[in-house]
Amino acid sequence: MVIKVNRYKCGYCGACVSVCPTGAIELIETWIVVDDTCNNCGICSRICPVGALEVST
Amino acid sequence: MKDRYDIIVVGAGPAGSVTAKTVASKGLDVLLIEKRQQIGDPVRCAEGVNKKYIANFLQPDPAWISAEVKGSRIYAPNGKMVEMGEELSGVEVGYVLERKIFDRALAMEAARAGAQVMVKTRATGLLINNGYVTGVKVQYMGKNYDIQCDIVIGADGIESKIGRWAGIDTTIKPGGLCSCMQYLITDIDVDPDFCEFYLGTHIAPSGYLWVFPKGKNKANVGIGISGFLPKNKRVIDLLDDFVKKKYPKGKIIEIIYGGVPACGTIERTVSNGLILVGDAARQSDPLSGGGIFNSIWAGEIAGKVAVKAIKRRDVSAEFLQEYERKWRAEIGKNIDTSLIVKNRFLSLNDDDMNTLADSLENMDLKTTNLLGLVWALFKSNKKLLWDLRSIFKDIKDINDVDFDDINSIN
Repeated sequence: MVIKVNRYKCGYCGACVSVCPTGAIELIETWIVVDDTCNNCGICSRICPVGALEVST
Repeated sequence: MKDRYDIIVVGAGPAGSVTAKTVASKGLDVLLIEKRQQIGDPVRCAEGVNKKYIANFLQPDPAWISAEVKGSRIYAPNGKMVEMGEELSGVEVGYVLERKIFDRALAMEAARAGAQVMVKTRATGLLINNGYVTGVKVQYMGKNYDIQCDIVIGADGIESKIGRWAGIDTTIKPGGLCSCMQYLITDIDVDPDFCEFYLGTHIAPSGYLWVFPKGKNKANVGIGISGFLPKNKRVIDLLDDFVKKKYPKGKIIEIIYGGVPACGTIERTVSNGLILVGDAARQSDPLSGGGIFNSIWAGEIAGKVAVKAIKRRDVSAEFLQEYERKWRAEIGKNIDTSLIVKNRFLSLNDDDMNTLADSLENMDLKTTNLLGLVWALFKSNKKLLWDLRSIFKDIKDINDVDFDDINSIN
């Protein structure tokens, strides 16, 4: 799992949570948490309105 | 906080608060939890709502109305403007709300009806017993609690976990979620009487850009894009391009982020001991993105069915099907129609949209509704919009359409 969340850009809107096919992302308080079910598909990073998530392979 | 309630509602947006109020007003024991510290904030919404629909459920209060608009202006890619009266504009205009106050007012109504409300209280899991949801695991101030109940209402928005935990696949497929950004801009010249919509690949590819007035010199200026942009382009970049050009001297006093489900209905919204409502049930309108009215409507249906289920001591998915049937027959039908229209419009290019706008010239659009507009477009652009024929197959005269009749709820 190599998702990098830029907390200084993220507006904790939860868009990434709703599209995650494995349910790996959760929005807690004002931050995004990614668990180890993430399969690096990259959908979250493409849906983010500001580009706060980066997936590296 | 007690260790047992009749019903626990997760999420204090409009869907959750209306459900909680409906259930509490029948004398049931309700807990309404909200994971954020404050209800109504941060806003994830353009705040437009049809005032006639809202008035069916709520007494309008100037405290939560930012502006009242007379209609909509839609700008085709070539700049041609189509003006519609309020009747025609569908679910998204009439009032421009102040959601921070509106959501609180709804939560307070739930509280006044007898619901217990807890903020900064997050659901961390479901209690499940013999295939039935029997409660919620919550966290408050760093401590964990198990709370039992007969029915859990998942009103936990786009980032809903409640459905997934109960085995309902609520994942929104790529293309089904609108990625949105909005600025609240002040010191700008806006027409306070109209909501504006801008179309075109250079402004908002696979979506639209909106300007909703919030009083004289203030507006929600936002954009929603369904699907993916090229890798180097972000939704925020498109919004910045528009704002720099249109409102160079405007002052941004709030930045709003958000995702809006535009995917259409999901396979199921009930399970044993569980009901999903609002954005968690993906009940927003796929064409306009409007979700407040559908959420309130579904919340009321969910509340009534939940009360019945508890009184009959049957909270099985089978009994809760009544909710599923009712919301699909009323709200779901509109969502299905909007999805067909949205999908067709997504495949139109700028020239097609200009053609459609041109075809509306000299037409009086003051009194018909959204379906009436689509019908008018269909009649004069049959070749372009042939895919929409299924919507109209049972309609002889558009005046027969009772598309927005919401008086049949009770």
